[in-house]
Amino acid sequence: MKNHALYNLREKLVSERALHAKKVCVCMGGSCMASGSQKVLDKLKEEVKHSNIGSGVEIKSVGCMGACAKGPLVKMEADDVIYQKVNPDNLKPILTDHLKGHKPVPHMVLFADNDSQPTIKSSEHPFFKNQRMIVLENFSRLDPTSIEDYITAGGYKALQKALTQMTPEEVIGEVKQSGIRGRGGAGFPTGNKWEMSYKYVGENKYIVCNGDEGDPGAFMDRSILECDPHRILEGMILGGYATGATKGFAYIRGEYPLAIQRFTTAIQRAKKLGLLGKNILETNFSFDVEIRIGAGAFVCGEETALLASIEGKRGTPHVRPPYPAEKGLWDMPTIINNVETYANIPPIVEKGGEWYAGIGTPKSTGTKVFALSGCIQNTGLVEVPIGTTLRQVIFDIGGGIPGGKKFKAAQTGGPSGGCIPEQHLDTPLDYEALNKLGSIMGSGGLIVMDETSCMVDVARFFMDFCMDESCGKCVPCRVGTKHMFELLNKICKGNATEMDLELLESLAPMVKETSLCGLGQSAPNPLLSTLRYFRDEYLAHVREKRCPAGVCNMNPVLAEVR
Amino acid sequence: MVSATNPASAAPAIPRSDPRVRRILTVMNSHGRKSDALIQVLHAVQELFGYLPKSVIELISKEMRIPISRVYGVVTFYHFFSLKPMGEHSCVVCMGTACYVKGANLLIEQMEKGFNIKPGQVTKDNKLGLQAARCIGSCGLAPAVVFDGEVLARVKPEELVPKINEKLGVTA
Repeated sequence: MKNHALYNLREKLVSERALHAKKVCVCMGGSCMASGSQKVLDKLKEEVKHSNIGSGVEIKSVGCMGACAKGPLVKMEADDVIYQKVNPDNLKPILTDHLKGHKPVPHMVLFADNDSQPTIKSSEHPFFKNQRMIVLENFSRLDPTSIEDYITAGGYKALQKALTQMTPEEVIGEVKQSGIRGRGGAGFPTGNKWEMSYKYVGENKYIVCNGDEGDPGAFMDRSILECDPHRILEGMILGGYATGATKGFAYIRGEYPLAIQRFTTAIQRAKKLGLLGKNILETNFSFDVEIRIGAGAFVCGEETALLASIEGKRGTPHVRPPYPAEKGLWDMPTIINNVETYANIPPIVEKGGEWYAGIGTPKSTGTKVFALSGCIQNTGLVEVPIGTTLRQVIFDIGGGIPGGKKFKAAQTGGPSGGCIPEQHLDTPLDYEALNKLGSIMGSGGLIVMDETSCMVDVARFFMDFCMDESCGKCVPCRVGTKHMFELLNKICKGNATEMDLELLESLAPMVKETSLCGLGQSAPNPLLSTLRYFRDEYLAHVREKRCPAGVCNMNPVLAEVR
Repeated sequence: MVSATNPASAAPAIPRSDPRVRRILTVMNSHGRKSDALIQVLHAVQELFGYLPKSVIELISKEMRIPISRVYGVVTFYHFFSLKPMGEHSCVVCMGTACYVKGANLLIEQMEKGFNIKPGQVTKDNKLGLQAARCIGSCGLAPAVVFDGEVLARVKPEELVPKINEKLGVTA
């Protein structure tokens, strides 16, 4: 397809779609599908077909709407109303009262169950009002399987702009100017990474998309892959153009079959329209993308391990430098970025780096998607400008802790991150501030814990995870995580002495400093951060053989025997 | 071990004409039999057989020209691959952080009590396999359990065993 042909197609699609004034959108995100949204979609289609609701109504499957715990969700697009927990038996009023009678159904509106006077318009509800959507902007509007939908919404405009009006240097320039940093968690400036690869001549360079979202409690990448796959694809193609790579790999977790399926569809559709493959938009730029399915190893989220896995080997990391941008897949320059990073690239190229740099904080620009879960009222996917405080995310957007319980800690960054206590709720969520607190931004999992969680038990949970997932290549991680787990286990069982606590405190920094890769270097973080903020809980376990939260099963007798 | 032969547990040989084997050869060819496609080929085997039979691993090693030691190394590295059959039905309890905070460990306890199996094990009648997942990414539905691909949301500990029994077609 030629450049102007894509312009024409977009215009044609936009005018065609304007005819369908009343859109009833059914969420086809992973969580809503698990709650039965396919049945709701089928039933709605059937009902509309057999009734006299009239023409111009379109029942449409769309991506995730964000409030993942309330599914299946149905959105009346024109009126900006979202209905929650819809099932084939209770959906009648949506059609008769709302669609036909133009009267919303208050008791079914999203978040109505915690609210005697629910907010009818979804965009006015605090959950949505306080968000700023860039990555998630298309989610609730587009059918994830339709490339036409993506094109209608302005998709592939950035690619057109880059291929026809910009040089690769200019694309890198925009990305650098935007100030975007890697959304996988480490926060390396993306533009600088791309420049490193660009400096090498030759065509054997690679673009890799890290979709091995291993952090438990994180589902942002899954949702982006499932709900806006073309956005990621466009970001990868732009990366290929900017760095001079001709081949890309999307490494997706094996646990996400729907994401794999939708991304595969996206690749096929893009190829058919000539937006991927040989001579994209009939220019002399060619780029191809292949999917690699992960096989369940947390360490493969580490970039050098991920590359080994793409090459079909055991996913063990190696020492950096050389960085993958210089020597990556098959020893060729390789750019690895996270799913969310790629999803940010098209708007940056289209609207300019300066626009993006205006969002967020001067050092950490743009927005970040968080997967809000745990003990929180409004579970789901939220996107906020970087620098928004934890309190705003948890209490304004998330609606606070349910059941009148007290907030205890927020866990960010998964097994590599830490627990942030109440006194630091006003910390802005940015890379530096979180590091200072002993946690990390991570990929964006944000798990809220209330007073019923025992922090020692949480530390043990994460240590168990890291011990299990350690690849075994370097000693500090392989042996260190095991020892730390056993010590934590001892504390949880009430068999530990203060000597054990001391040992733990000297072991943790050692593992942190001497491990080979990010897994080992960050494995002590949950332990260190809970020790820092919840020391009294550790002491209660050790000295008084008591678990303040009542989670751990104490067995004080054995302490004497030992 | 892959190469050790133990007549007592020897699985029946799988003929080359088995449609599943032919399918695996097709997958191999679609990747040009390049060694970097090993994990993708193993995925196909796991999906078609439910586990990785020894004879198929040997076939892959031969056809893709990868030493069997390396294939074995890869197989044992990744959680997804299993060297033994995983039971007719699978029950996966998500042990991600969000599910853990909401009591997923109690679900595992119930399963251990109700079916006398631990995660990674199969019941004696080979009906049900229990697994603990790292995170299935359905944190909004925590605690979540996946039975034969179907996600059960917000599972209460006391409801789990009856629910699974019902799905297995056993009246408790």
